[in-house]
Amino acid sequence: MLLRPAELKNGRSGQSRRGLRTVWQQRQLIIMSFPFVIWVFCFRYLPLFGWVMAFQDFKLKRSVVDSFFQANFVGFKHFIEMFRDERFFLALRNTLAMSVLGLTIGFVVPILFAILINELRNGLFKRTVQTVSYLPHFISWVVAAGMISQMLASTGPVNDLLISLGILKTRVVFLGEGQLFWGLVTVSDLWKETGWNAIIFLAAIAGVDPGLYEAARIDGAGRFRSIWHITLPGIMDVIIVILIMNIGWFISIGFEKQLLLGSDQVRSYSEVIDLYVLRFGIGLGRYSFGTAVGIFRSVVSLILVFSSNLLARRLGRGSII
Amino acid sequence: MQGNFGANLRAFRRQKTSSKVFDLALLTLMVLMLIITLFPFLNVLAISFNESSDTVKGGVGLIPRQFTFDNYLELARYPALFTGFYISVSRTLLGTVVSVFFTSMLAYTISRRDYRFRRFVTVIFLLTMYVSGGLIPEFMVIRMFGLNNSFWVYIIPGLVGAYNLIIMRSFIDNIPYSLQESAHIDGASDYTIFFRIILPLCKPALATIALYVAVGHWNSWFDTYLYAPFNENITTLQYELMKILQGSISSSSSSILRGQAAQMQLARSISPLSIRMAITVVTIVPIVIVYPFLQKYFVTGMTLGAVKS
Repeated sequence: MLLRPAELKNGRSGQSRRGLRTVWQQRQLIIMSFPFVIWVFCFRYLPLFGWVMAFQDFKLKRSVVDSFFQANFVGFKHFIEMFRDERFFLALRNTLAMSVLGLTIGFVVPILFAILINELRNGLFKRTVQTVSYLPHFISWVVAAGMISQMLASTGPVNDLLISLGILKTRVVFLGEGQLFWGLVTVSDLWKETGWNAIIFLAAIAGVDPGLYEAARIDGAGRFRSIWHITLPGIMDVIIVILIMNIGWFISIGFEKQLLLGSDQVRSYSEVIDLYVLRFGIGLGRYSFGTAVGIFRSVVSLILVFSSNLLARRLGRGSII
Repeated sequence: MQGNFGANLRAFRRQKTSSKVFDLALLTLMVLMLIITLFPFLNVLAISFNESSDTVKGGVGLIPRQFTFDNYLELARYPALFTGFYISVSRTLLGTVVSVFFTSMLAYTISRRDYRFRRFVTVIFLLTMYVSGGLIPEFMVIRMFGLNNSFWVYIIPGLVGAYNLIIMRSFIDNIPYSLQESAHIDGASDYTIFFRIILPLCKPALATIALYVAVGHWNSWFDTYLYAPFNENITTLQYELMKILQGSISSSSSSILRGQAAQMQLARSISPLSIRMAITVVTIVPIVIVYPFLQKYFVTGMTLGAVKS
C-alpha cells in the first residue's frame, strides 16, 4: 500500500508504531525485492565470508562446504608466504605500472580528445568522428586483442609501415618484447576507450555558456586562449570528480587485456595481481594462498576508494560514493 | 550539405592565419584518428575475404587481393563455433530479458519513498560496488551452488548490477510521484503500478540497460573460461574465438588452467590467419548491427549514471 504524503511526513516514529502493519501492507514490495536480497547475499556477500579460507589450508574435495569446514586453520601463513614471494612483488609492480600509465595518459587523452572534437566546426564530420571513436568500446577484449596482435604481428601492418618509413630496419615482434608491454597495453586501452571516456567531458563542455566564448572572441582571444581560459575551467569540476573516481579504482585495472595480449615470454611484465591469483590460486589449486592475495588486493582497493572519497569531500565537491 | 560546406569554406577564408593553421592541424589529427580506429576493423574484414594462401604473403590492406568466401565456408569445420554461437545468442537474449526485468522491478521498490526496507535494500546493493569477495571465493560459491558446467552460470551470478540499478532508480525517481498516488487511490496494487505505470514509462531507461547488458553478455568469455572450460555443450562464441586466437599468438598465458595447453595446441595447428579473421568478423557483426541503437541510448545512460554518481 502506498502511503500518502501526510503519512510520509510523520517520518520514522509514525512508521515504527505501525511497523508490522506496514510490512503487511507492503508485502507486494517485499515480494518484489527480497528474492534479490537473498540473491545478493548468496553471490556477493557469501564470497566475503569465504575470506576465512585465507587463514586455512583449504583443499578442494567433492563438496565445497565439507572441504571448508574440514580445513585446518593456519593463521597468517599464506600472507607471510605471499610477502616472501618475488613473483608477487613483480605482479604488484606490473599492476602499479599499468595503473599509473592508465591514470595519467588514459585520463589526459580523453580530455584532450573531447576538447579537440568540440573545436571541429563541421557538424557532420564532428558526429562521424564521435560515432567512430566509441565503436571499439563495444567489442570484447578477445576481439580487440586479436586485432591488436594482428596489427602488431611481425608481418602485420604496423611493421610494414615502420619499415617502409625507414624507422625500423628489421621486423619486430612487438608483443614478444617485455619492455614494450606496458606501453602497448596503454596504447591498446587508448585505442579502445578514448572515445567512450571522452563522452562525459563532451557533455560537460556542452554545458559551458556559449556567451563566454563570444565575449572572449570580442576581447581578441584566439582559439588556444579560449580553450585555456574558458573550456578548461568550465569542465574542471567534472575533471576532478572523474580523476578522484579513477584514483579510487586505481588498483582494479582488470586483467583481460594482460591475459589476452600477454604470453609466457613477457610474463614478468604482463602478470598483474589478478592473473597471479588465477595462475597460483586456481591453476595450481592453492586456493587459500590465492584468497590471501585477493584479500590484500581488495583491502588496498577499499582504502583507495575511501581515501579518494575523503579527498573529494575535503575539496568540497561532495561525496562521490 | 553543399550550402553548409560553402558556408564553412567562407567562414574558413575569413579567419586569421593562426586559426586556419589550427583548423588544418585539427582536421589532419582527426582524420588520422579515424584511420587508426577503423583500420584494424577494415583490415580484419579484408583478410577474412582474401584467399588464405595469398594472405600469408602479407601486405593485405583494406581491400582483398584475391576475393573469396572460402574462409567463411571453412568455418563449418569448427562445430564448436556453432554451439558457441547458439549459446551466446541464448545467453544474450535470456540474460538481457531477465536482468532488465528484475533490475527495473527492484529499482521500483527502492524508488518508493514509503517502502520500509528501502534504505536497507539500497545500501546492501550499493555496497557491492565497493567490496567484492575476489576471484577464488566467488569461484567456490559458484561451485557450491553447483553452477559450474551449467548454462545458468551465465545468467544467475550477474542477475542485477548495482550500476544499472542506480540508472534505473534515478529514471524512476523522475517520474511524477503523483501518478502512482492517483493510481493507488483508484485501487491499484503495487504490482499493477509497476506493470501498468512504471514499466511503460521507463522504456528509454529499459532500452539503455538492455543494450549495456546485451553487449556485456555477448562479449563475455571469462565465465566460460573459469566455470566451463571443457564443456563443449555450453561454450560461448567469444570463448571459442579466444581459444583459437590465443592458440595462435604464442604458447600463451591461457595455459593457466591445467590441461588447457593441450587443447590450445590442437587449435593452433588448424587455424590460419584468414580463418581467425573470419571468426572475428562473425563475432563483431552482431555488435555492428545493434550499434545504431546503442548510439541512440547509451549517452542517455552515461549522463543518467553520471548525475547520480
